[in-house]
Amino acid sequence: MKEFRVTPIRNGTVIDHIDCGQALKVLRIIGINDSVQYTVSVLLHVPSKKDGWKDIIKVEDRELDAKEVDKISLIAPHATINIIRDFNVAEKFTVKMPEVAKGIVKCGNPNCITNMNEPVETEFVIESKDPTVLRCLYCDRIQENVADRLV
Amino acid sequence: MNAMNFKGTDVVSIRDLSRKQIEHVMDLAEELVPYASGEKRTRVMDGKILANLFFEPSTRTRLSFESAMVRLGGRFIEIAQPQNSSIVKGETLADTIRMVDGYSDAIVLRHPHEGAARLAAKYSSKPVINAGDGAGQHPTQTILDLFTIRQQAGGIAGKKIVLVGDLKYGRTAHSLAEALGMFGADLTFVAPPVLQMPKDTISQLEKSGISPHLSSDLAEEVSDADVLYITRIQRERFPDPAEYNKVAGSYRVDRSLLRDAKKNLAILHPLPRVDEISPEVDNTENAKYFQQAFNGVPVRMALILLLLGGDL
Repeated sequence: MKEFRVTPIRNGTVIDHIDCGQALKVLRIIGINDSVQYTVSVLLHVPSKKDGWKDIIKVEDRELDAKEVDKISLIAPHATINIIRDFNVAEKFTVKMPEVAKGIVKCGNPNCITNMNEPVETEFVIESKDPTVLRCLYCDRIQENVADRLV
Repeated sequence: MNAMNFKGTDVVSIRDLSRKQIEHVMDLAEELVPYASGEKRTRVMDGKILANLFFEPSTRTRLSFESAMVRLGGRFIEIAQPQNSSIVKGETLADTIRMVDGYSDAIVLRHPHEGAARLAAKYSSKPVINAGDGAGQHPTQTILDLFTIRQQAGGIAGKKIVLVGDLKYGRTAHSLAEALGMFGADLTFVAPPVLQMPKDTISQLEKSGISPHLSSDLAEEVSDADVLYITRIQRERFPDPAEYNKVAGSYRVDRSLLRDAKKNLAILHPLPRVDEISPEVDNTENAKYFQQAFNGVPVRMALILLLLGGDL
């Protein structure tokens, strides 16, 4: 019998092929905190057939929305999302970095108009997907450490 | 922005314009010089209103936009002292813009925050011209600099253009360097190593096939230069005043520096100057910085005309 590190889930989402070391940031993106009422399993540093090592997250009874998937794509561009319904993989896809990241990152330039009290959503042009390079559509600045400034 | 159809569009960043479009603006500006100097008259903008919103102090940019609109026969309204406007009551820029949108045909904006003009363009149905956003873009300055270089050096491609001063922090220098690269100029950047042109501007130029020459010796570079473009070295960049004086002194332009220069070398400066150019240079044939300041008028007239539409 195959031995599972974490048992299969009935309903929910498995985020696989997360770039090694990014799982905790992904947890932050999907809003996992003390108050959640569902089970979350996290595997760190798991051997991957595709590329060396990876992280995996399994979230029971929860599916992700498009904004969460876009955010994940910025810090774990190789991640795959498996939506599980009744123990079966109902949907499976690789995250796809959007051409323009809208309202999911805060600009790192403190003097950017988007950091003032204006009724505007941030917008970044993805200049490069590997490595991830974002340029603010407003102040034109190249963004570093995107993971720390996800909205 | 489509080909040569500028009507109704915004000028937020020099990167929004192609080389052809910039050339088109400069060609029109050339035609407008006699109108800008008052030699010829036009009422082409009669009945049109330009809103000048200056949330930061400005002399040349504000006055030349006003002069440009008046010379075209139009009128302007303005916020020149934001402390007297509803900004102090905490009104957002987005609201101010939507209000001004109803009072004018085009909006000129200078603002202390980067990206302000892009935001204004989003909220305004009328064309927005960026007149400087914080440490960001100032595209009309770049076009008037290009125009002056083309006018004074008889072209841009292949001309030796020396940019001197604070090339690291000066926004004028970055956008001008990129634009000059687009026009195929032979670029030399002269600055003390701590104030040299940022690496990403240099790699941007290299990508477009331009390899700028870097130097810290002004005297050596002046002898075969066609254009000397000087920017101010700011005192506050140096923690030690003695160090500032030493650096600033070595990049000062005076008559002795010009002794071995080409006869028709053009000296430009975006102004205001402090002491980068000695007043004794003002009376030489090489001093073109006041001509450059004047050129702000025909260039801004050309932009207004293109954005609002109309024939001379």
